[in-house]
Amino acid sequence: MDKVIKSAGSSAEQIIEWAEEHKLETCFDRAEKLKPCPIGESGACCRVCHMGPCRLVGKNAEEEARGVCGATLATVAARNLVRMIAAGTAAHSDHARDMAYTLLAASTGEAKDFTIKDVKKLYKVADILGIEFEGRPVNDVGKDVATTFLQDFGRQLGELNYCKRPPKKTQERWKKWGITPRGIDREVVEAMHRTSIGVDHDADHLLLHGLRTALADGWGGCMISTDITDILFGTPRPIKAEASFGIFKEDEVNLIVHGHEPTLAEIIVDAASSPELIAYAKSKGAKGINLGGMCCTANEVLMRHGIPTAGGFTNQELGIMTGLIDAMTVDVQCIMPAIVEVSKKFHTKIITTSPKAHISGAERVEYDEHHAREIAEKIIRIAIDNFPNRKAEGSHITEKFPLIGGFSHEYIEYMQGGRWRGSFRPLNDAIMAGRIRGVVGLAGCDNPRVPSTGLHKYLAIELIKNDVLIVSTGCGSAACGSAGYLTPETALQMAGPGLREVCEAIGIPPILHLGACVDNSRILTIATAMAAEGGLSDEIGGMPAVGIAPEWMSEKAIAIGCYFAASGVPVIFGGESPVGASREVTKIMTEVWLERFMGAMHFEPDPEKMLALALNYIDKAREMLKLRKYEPGKFGAERVLMDMAARREIEKAAAVPHAGVGGINESER
Amino acid sequence: MSKIIASAAIKAAHSLVTRAEEMLDKAIAEKGKDFVFEFPDTAFYLPMIYAMTAFPVKTLADMKVALSMTREMLHDEPEEKLWKPYLGEALDSGMATLFAEEIILALRYINGLEPVTDSETGYVYNGFITDTIQRNLGIALVDGRMPGFAAIIGAAPDEDTAVKIVRELQEKNILIFLSGQSKDKNGKVTNVTRQLLNKGVALGWETYIVPLGPDTEHTLYALDWAIRASLIFGAKKPGDYKEHLKYQKDRVFAFAIALGEMDEIKWSTGAGAINMGFPAICDTDVPVIHPTGVCTYEHVDKEFDHAKIVQKAIEVRGLKVTVEKPPIPVSFGPAFEGERIRKEDMFIEFGGQRSPAFEWVRTKELHEIEDGKVTIIGTDVEERYKKGGVMPLAIVIDVAGRKMQKDFEAIIERKLHHNINEAQGLWHMGQRDIVWMRISNQAYKDGITLEHIGVIHNTMTHHRFKSIVDKVQVTLYVDEKDVQALQDEARKVYKERDHRLAGLTDESVDTFYSCLLCQSFAPSHVCVISPERLGLCGAYNWLDTRAAFEIDPTGGNQPILKGEALDAAKGRWVGVDSYLKSNSAGAVESLNLYTIMDNPMTSCGCFECIVAIIPEANGIMLVQRGHTGMTPAGMKFSTLAGTVGGGAQNPGFMGIGVNFITSKKFLFADGGIKRIVWMTKNLKERLGEDFRKRAEEEGVPDLLDKIADETVAEDSEKLMEFLASVGHPALEMDPMF
Repeated sequence: MDKVIKSAGSSAEQIIEWAEEHKLETCFDRAEKLKPCPIGESGACCRVCHMGPCRLVGKNAEEEARGVCGATLATVAARNLVRMIAAGTAAHSDHARDMAYTLLAASTGEAKDFTIKDVKKLYKVADILGIEFEGRPVNDVGKDVATTFLQDFGRQLGELNYCKRPPKKTQERWKKWGITPRGIDREVVEAMHRTSIGVDHDADHLLLHGLRTALADGWGGCMISTDITDILFGTPRPIKAEASFGIFKEDEVNLIVHGHEPTLAEIIVDAASSPELIAYAKSKGAKGINLGGMCCTANEVLMRHGIPTAGGFTNQELGIMTGLIDAMTVDVQCIMPAIVEVSKKFHTKIITTSPKAHISGAERVEYDEHHAREIAEKIIRIAIDNFPNRKAEGSHITEKFPLIGGFSHEYIEYMQGGRWRGSFRPLNDAIMAGRIRGVVGLAGCDNPRVPSTGLHKYLAIELIKNDVLIVSTGCGSAACGSAGYLTPETALQMAGPGLREVCEAIGIPPILHLGACVDNSRILTIATAMAAEGGLSDEIGGMPAVGIAPEWMSEKAIAIGCYFAASGVPVIFGGESPVGASREVTKIMTEVWLERFMGAMHFEPDPEKMLALALNYIDKAREMLKLRKYEPGKFGAERVLMDMAARREIEKAAAVPHAGVGGINESER
Repeated sequence: MSKIIASAAIKAAHSLVTRAEEMLDKAIAEKGKDFVFEFPDTAFYLPMIYAMTAFPVKTLADMKVALSMTREMLHDEPEEKLWKPYLGEALDSGMATLFAEEIILALRYINGLEPVTDSETGYVYNGFITDTIQRNLGIALVDGRMPGFAAIIGAAPDEDTAVKIVRELQEKNILIFLSGQSKDKNGKVTNVTRQLLNKGVALGWETYIVPLGPDTEHTLYALDWAIRASLIFGAKKPGDYKEHLKYQKDRVFAFAIALGEMDEIKWSTGAGAINMGFPAICDTDVPVIHPTGVCTYEHVDKEFDHAKIVQKAIEVRGLKVTVEKPPIPVSFGPAFEGERIRKEDMFIEFGGQRSPAFEWVRTKELHEIEDGKVTIIGTDVEERYKKGGVMPLAIVIDVAGRKMQKDFEAIIERKLHHNINEAQGLWHMGQRDIVWMRISNQAYKDGITLEHIGVIHNTMTHHRFKSIVDKVQVTLYVDEKDVQALQDEARKVYKERDHRLAGLTDESVDTFYSCLLCQSFAPSHVCVISPERLGLCGAYNWLDTRAAFEIDPTGGNQPILKGEALDAAKGRWVGVDSYLKSNSAGAVESLNLYTIMDNPMTSCGCFECIVAIIPEANGIMLVQRGHTGMTPAGMKFSTLAGTVGGGAQNPGFMGIGVNFITSKKFLFADGGIKRIVWMTKNLKERLGEDFRKRAEEEGVPDLLDKIADETVAEDSEKLMEFLASVGHPALEMDPMF
């Protein structure tokens, strides 16, 4: 029998093999044993009331199958999807709410361990929000920003503050179809209401509200979280870090921050360098304190401090199996309860910290931003105290890869021209000239149902070979990082000729690590900036850009995918479709959304087809924008040479700018 | 790869900032921190730092502040492996380099080391470029005579190559700045300036070749010159760096040609220039940066073939140069206009009191002319020419065309001067019957004949007036009796023309013309040109613009139907207002042609002369471009100019052409020339007779003597004393406000 590859990460696979030898169970084994229920997987199972669960299956199910109440397959599949969106939106947004309260507590001085680190970003955000900032004390501005954001959660009428950020045309599409979100909590509540028994039964009508809820996530929860995190902890700039299991140190206390929230992790990063705690670690026989991360908390502290990451979602059990983790803090989202059980086989202590989340059997140190430092130190001491208990067993993997992360929207603008000339012009130019064929957001989870991280790796390499620039977030970044792809050298070795030229000119990897999954919002603002820069589409829709989440599993991914689709980006998700049972719903999410919003949501398990679909979307968009046809190694340089008469017309010609780098056809001007 | 360039730029920025700091500390120790410095004749302090940051560096202490800002722009070099991005950092380092170089050069001025005298040749480099030169060049920058700017850094492999490159640039009307040094093919460290001097090439503004200094750092003078275009003509605010740099990228067509080995300072200065959108083309095997976006096209490229490097550079900058060259055996173009021919270099001359000579353009019927024909009438023409020395010469140019008008004769005739002067080795001065021409020994050796004079006029008259002139033929007369006889006939025509011109008034026409030529640099400025008010640059009068419109109906001069007069005294018409609204990018709503006090005309920045109100004297003063002394307004020309340019209306301040002063419409609504209380001696001398005539018409024949100049007053107090002592009429006039 052929060996089943469980993880495409080489050291992950080694640990899995080690675990099998030692009879230790992982999510990979459980995924193998526990096949997904085919009815629920395709969206045909309705369990919103206790007359059911009803399964809408059989021949002609779309036309004939009905639930007890008479719900059609389309209604059921749409309701299930909207509930996933609501849950995903709730997750990011509840995280964002905590960020807003932390900013408020930092600004009022109640949370003394936090200060506003990035005043420039605070002012930028205040400016967008219409909050006066010049000449005012920083903390006053911070307070106003926090309270203004907090209104977005409970707002009943009107629209979210950040709904004015996207390009005008994108906003108009939302208005036309009535999906401009009002308040974050309101949209989530309404989603739950409308999907409960006996309320909204029209698939299209349901899904429109699903998009409104998703937009509350993207332009609300996610964007608020990203911006506040930057304000409190600094807007990321490129930074060196490392990825994969080799980041654990044999002779130091290994403390891992796992989960999604950055606040406690930030304080732990700070506290771990205190001489007192280092001395304490030494007193226990360790040479120092080694911090590492997992999942998106890892991405947060990697982006700002270069803290190494042990990888994404499917690595969490495997990390413990190295036998080297002395303590692992977990907060919220994507924490497998299995880690507590695994940890019992080793010396590792699992510490739950969020007031919202605990796992039976784990240690508990509840986090409170008012006493952050104290709590951080307590956690570090638990890890140090546990160091002497480290046993010889464990897989002890040493492989790790260097990476460059830290690409915020702000830095991406900076890197294209510096402090004086920073803009998105070079990126737009490169796309217009055909050096860069298009942009793909490669994001989302990693998943034990496929060779984990394998789809990310395959797509990453194929896309960059095809001159597609990748922006990555979340576990997608971890997958690429753990494969060694997030280096500038990757561009020279693997990227297509045009992308390589651009990467060489700027000095970047061909895959830009933008941060945690919540930082997908950075892609929204980047696309907005590209539209404003001109020469491509004047809205987010129509850009040669695609979102791909090849190994998604979380409801948050669905919310993210839908806010991209509603904003105008076609997205392609891997795996079986959670609405696959209904042709009607599938059609709405692909064809109807594409017509209305220029975005769509596809589900496609075959990675080769995903790639083809993505490239097709990109090439179609190029064609629609009348950009030169993409040909590898051939770049547009149809110069518009300026004589004096042409120069006098510059102001008037502003309506059709940027001609001449391969963009607008001369005949169209 | 570009990392090499970035590393070099980042490294050099560190060393330059450190060098600037050391030099500054020494200067402060010697002269104290309050020591005041300004570059010669500029209103813009250290122009690059001022434009980018709005910080006016006036003293050594200010330099200290500026340098600490500069230090913040420095970055770490990218590492060998696993490097972080470097483009933004390299560009920041480039800007830091320009700031540091600006301070280094300022300190060198303080120490008396600038402008540099070349150690080898004794040649004195230009050094800092003054505001006056910038404004003098104004009109050439916009009318196509100077479409682009090349900074050549380093040295060509040999002197002949240096000359070839420079000649090609000259022929394309590109202004050339020279700086830096490198090794030639024999390994000798030299620079293009020396290479050209050794080949006897004439250097200077007149010939479009401006050696700035022997070091790479001197390139900054060219960039300081460029950045003032957006301050002066673009009216970009100091500190609005994005706007300044966008203006530079879009409108200032400059590029660098780097000859010979590159070094770190060259790269970092180049990175500074890339911030401004100016690319570099190198003749060595350098890493290239092709992706576009900071510059319009490639940022750094290479071209080993010196015969192709100029063309490549022009294309990479996105510059279109159209030149018309007559079929003559010497170079041709505005860059050769400034050459002088000294007596010892002269082969032959015509006119200039040495022999009878004149030029005359006549309108003929189409069938009377054989197009392109050159006829020379005289005895023993060839022998006499070959002997050299002096010859009489009448140049009669017959033109015909369906759109030709009698009024255009004078305009075509005025271009004859440029036609001849633009040929290398030919020199021309004056016009009509006071013309003076020379042909150099070199041009004669190169094969220039008498016939070529006709060929030049044929080709260029066709080129310049292509849509009004269908046929041109030239007849040259070289026998004294022929010349004398025709001259009398010509003189009659000259007189008729002058008479007709004098009769042209604003009231006598229903159409004015706009001049939008400057919109390539000052996008919101519109000149309105009427028979009695010429363009502020002094280069275009109403007839010129009318002809220009005929030549190119979609060009820079458009007719403005005056329409109904809204205010005849102030000179306001419905048609003019509505034209301005739609052609000034919304900047100007209404214009009064005859007053300085209420919606006066805007300026691009290349005005010949400034009118400024002196409230306490109840009058106005006049100062011309190039006057460096103080004025009673408390500002020098350069500072005053800063308040006038860029297409904004500033009541009380206005830029004008000098000849407008003697127009009857000059400040007509404000009281006319009687308001003039102060004007420079230079202006008094230039206007002389015409002014006296106007003064008589105004009933104050001795007005010129009652007007103060710099010899009696450079401040308000002395001015008032003088005006009171002579009883200036303005003191008795209605208040200006």
